[in-house]
Amino acid sequence: MILYLVLKEVNPLSEVKLFFGPQHPGMHGNASVHLYVEGDVVKKARLVPGMLHRGFEKSMENHTWAGNLALIPRVCVAEPDINELVFAQGVETIAEIEVPERAHYIRMIIMEMTRILAHMMSLGAIGSPTGLYTANQWMQADRNQILDLFEAITGHRVYHMYIVAGGVRKELPKGIEKRLLRFLEDFERRMPEYHALIFENPTIQARLKDNIMLPDWVVWELGVTGIGMRSAVGKPYDVRKVLPYARYDQVEFDVPVSTYSDAYTRTVMKYYEIIESMKIIRQSIDLMPEGKVRVPVAPGNALKWVLPKGQTYSVIESARGEFGYYMVSDGKTHPYRIAVRGASFPQGFLGIDRYMPGVRLDDAALWYDTMGICTPEIDR
Amino acid sequence: MDKIKKLFSPIRAWKYAFNKPVTLPMEDIIDRPRESQNNARGFHVNDHTLCIGCGACSEICPTEAIVMVKRAGIEDKDGALAERPTIDYGRCCFCALCVDICASGSLKMSKAYLLNATSPDTYYRMPEVSFDSSGGDKIGYEKTSESDLLVLERQGMEQVASEEARESFMEILKGFSLEQARIEAARCIGCEICVKTCPANMHIPEYIDSIWKGDLKKGLVQMYETNPLPGVCGSVCTHKCETVCAIGNRGESVAIRWLKRYIVDNAPASAYEEGVVQPVSKPGRGRVAVVGGGPAGMSASYYLRTLGYEVDLIESQAQIGGVARYGVPAYRLPESRLNKDVSVLEKIGVKMILNTKVGEQVSLEDLGEQYDAVFLSTGLPESRSLTMEHGDHPDIGYAMPLLAAARSYLRGEGPAPEVSDNAIVIGGGNVAFDVARTLLRLQREKGIEGEVKLVSLETEDVLPADLEEIQEGREEGIQYFCGFGPQAVAVEEGRIQGLHTVKCLSVMDAACCFNPVFDHDQKSLISGSQIFVAVGQMNPHSYFTQSLLDQVKFKGPRIQVSQWGQTEGLPWLFAGGDIVQGPDMIHAIADGHRAARGIDQYLQEKWRENA
Repeated sequence: MILYLVLKEVNPLSEVKLFFGPQHPGMHGNASVHLYVEGDVVKKARLVPGMLHRGFEKSMENHTWAGNLALIPRVCVAEPDINELVFAQGVETIAEIEVPERAHYIRMIIMEMTRILAHMMSLGAIGSPTGLYTANQWMQADRNQILDLFEAITGHRVYHMYIVAGGVRKELPKGIEKRLLRFLEDFERRMPEYHALIFENPTIQARLKDNIMLPDWVVWELGVTGIGMRSAVGKPYDVRKVLPYARYDQVEFDVPVSTYSDAYTRTVMKYYEIIESMKIIRQSIDLMPEGKVRVPVAPGNALKWVLPKGQTYSVIESARGEFGYYMVSDGKTHPYRIAVRGASFPQGFLGIDRYMPGVRLDDAALWYDTMGICTPEIDR
Repeated sequence: MDKIKKLFSPIRAWKYAFNKPVTLPMEDIIDRPRESQNNARGFHVNDHTLCIGCGACSEICPTEAIVMVKRAGIEDKDGALAERPTIDYGRCCFCALCVDICASGSLKMSKAYLLNATSPDTYYRMPEVSFDSSGGDKIGYEKTSESDLLVLERQGMEQVASEEARESFMEILKGFSLEQARIEAARCIGCEICVKTCPANMHIPEYIDSIWKGDLKKGLVQMYETNPLPGVCGSVCTHKCETVCAIGNRGESVAIRWLKRYIVDNAPASAYEEGVVQPVSKPGRGRVAVVGGGPAGMSASYYLRTLGYEVDLIESQAQIGGVARYGVPAYRLPESRLNKDVSVLEKIGVKMILNTKVGEQVSLEDLGEQYDAVFLSTGLPESRSLTMEHGDHPDIGYAMPLLAAARSYLRGEGPAPEVSDNAIVIGGGNVAFDVARTLLRLQREKGIEGEVKLVSLETEDVLPADLEEIQEGREEGIQYFCGFGPQAVAVEEGRIQGLHTVKCLSVMDAACCFNPVFDHDQKSLISGSQIFVAVGQMNPHSYFTQSLLDQVKFKGPRIQVSQWGQTEGLPWLFAGGDIVQGPDMIHAIADGHRAARGIDQYLQEKWRENA
């Protein structure tokens, strides 16, 4: 014992504290983790939130129901539309209004486009910690086409501010369906190339397969949802299936599941989800009726929208899992309280401290990536 | 074998090494930037000729990036302020809520998205009609009917159907319900453009806001700040505010007048007591006589009383109200709403001296000696006559006596005015319509299924009366003879048989002066056994003695006064209302308010000098 203490004093490098933060190419967003490393193995990991903290939830209370449109998408950069939809649905529930049928289908198109966008970002990002930068560049190039489509539909590339309470902000531009289908066709042709590049790649397989496990008891313990849960417990728990919102009950799609959740499974499932998303977009375009796309939320102009008293938990399936807003209205022009249930909050906030220790240092970034952590969902 | 295949699998990506790269060279990004999509939300553009400076953009901006700044070269005018939005692009998040709420539709977004500058000041700018970088002249994001954040349709007001309305003098408009009033109030963006146009500068956004918030007492207090006759104005104001309403640029303006009426009809008695009556201070500063209990006189009395003066309101008729009581028909302004306004004057201690005609029972000079100051607001109680053949026939009636008699009859104070089954009204203004519609009702009350004909010089498209009057008059069954000039009264055996008219070609000349041109070849006879003339009102100013007349200046038929209502020759004499402004109620109320302040200034100054 004494010998150990002496050795520890003599050799201060036995445990090294490393800062794994935004400067690291494998890190997503402005998060940081303090890693305590012995040799190659992470012995302790401490999440240090705060770098991104903008007080989203509190700020929402200071914006009107209409004005919040500009703030909420910023809770998740890679997939902003989930915030818009979840907020809009919450407002609609509290105000007890019915959204026009056409708007539901437009919403589904937007949601699946953004899901593809987020998965592409994430699949490309797997290149950063593994050294496969080609994947990242290809994905960004193809992603650019979706961003163009978003720009044409909503007016912006990243923060779309398009899905609003009562429907969507504007009618789809003329001919967008054709452009969308052309993109899907094009992208579908490219999908096998992505498969060959990423999933058939022996290096990637060596890095991801049987590595960074997510056992089912961890899923239950932390409350992981989304791909993490579906890959570990083999149950198709998907909000789109269990609590269908928009018109997800009108379209056919599968939810890929698995019972063996290593980094590879979790990554390849994103690939299969993209295929399902494309199916949904095609069906939505076919099923979309003509008609209005928006109904007023409350009487009067947007400065004077008042919602009745009420509360609701609005929930949807994001690319990373169950994403919800708990919203309270006290009958005024501003929300009384909004609490964000970030999809990756459980694994991001609790999981890092508890289950990152034990991985090798070079897998730390992969752990962060394949657990599907979106930093602003922790830091909000 | 499988392993080898796997090994080569990613190498297939190399084929793209020979393709054209999808990335753009740096020169292209700077010199030939890509054009944005049609809907792109780029830098703002604003058409200053359309922009009305309402500031709704600044109000809704979630990042508080928009500040309204006065723009050189643009002046405040009716319906538009001189301010224009400036945007701090260091804060702007390009959400385009400003575009969606823009009342005039002038604010849009261009396709421009590049702005590189070393000075941070460059990013704080006032949007012009185009943006000074690539794509700046192309419009990107525009408002559509779906994205519009304003409500352009007005709440409909329930009204009595014309067939039923013409049977009696009951009020036609039923007033807003709580729900309707709140919805209508929520349409207001609070831009205050109306405040500048309203002659009385009423605090319109504030009292509309109080309806929306359900605090009618606050709304009542706000109204009494500038207008002590909200009940009267809520019914019959000429609502200049609504003609300039920002919402009216693209839709129907907010029903400001009806919202005012809503407060008066629905504010509890306690709100009047606590908000209006109790805060009035005790008298003790001086004595002022107000001559004429019409809107201007009532307004002056209220404000003089709130300033601490003892006020004697001298009225020639049996009741206070002036044109509101003896002119406006009951179906437009019921007695009860007028009494609500009058009762406030009584409660705050305005002494009312009724049935007293200045010039007969008491002279104006005596008033000038007995009181510290006199406010003259005698209005235009008499009708103008027409010069035409047989124009002096005793059966020819005039607008003001008829309307007064009709109101007295409804109060039970007098007999019903004589009406025949075929009446002709000459005139095209609101008063002429009041007369015609009153005649129609009097006929029905007597059980006569008669005819009422309205003869005007102006053709129907340029009739000076309000559109709603013209429409309701037609629905009630008044026959219009628009564009006819009365020439002579047809008289046979001493009885009126009709009106000889000729075609009127134009009313105004090139200089917009009244100078009607007739085509004497196109003659016609409009039959009728009774004629009423409603071509304007006047005041004979019988209370002015010659010595006073020498000191008071006139401008045409109107008394000339200073900005504060003071006559030039007689410092103790203030005047206001229709004798100064011409016939309009809200101008009269504003005059009364101004004169009250003017009298206060004059007396304080006088006493300071004497002390």
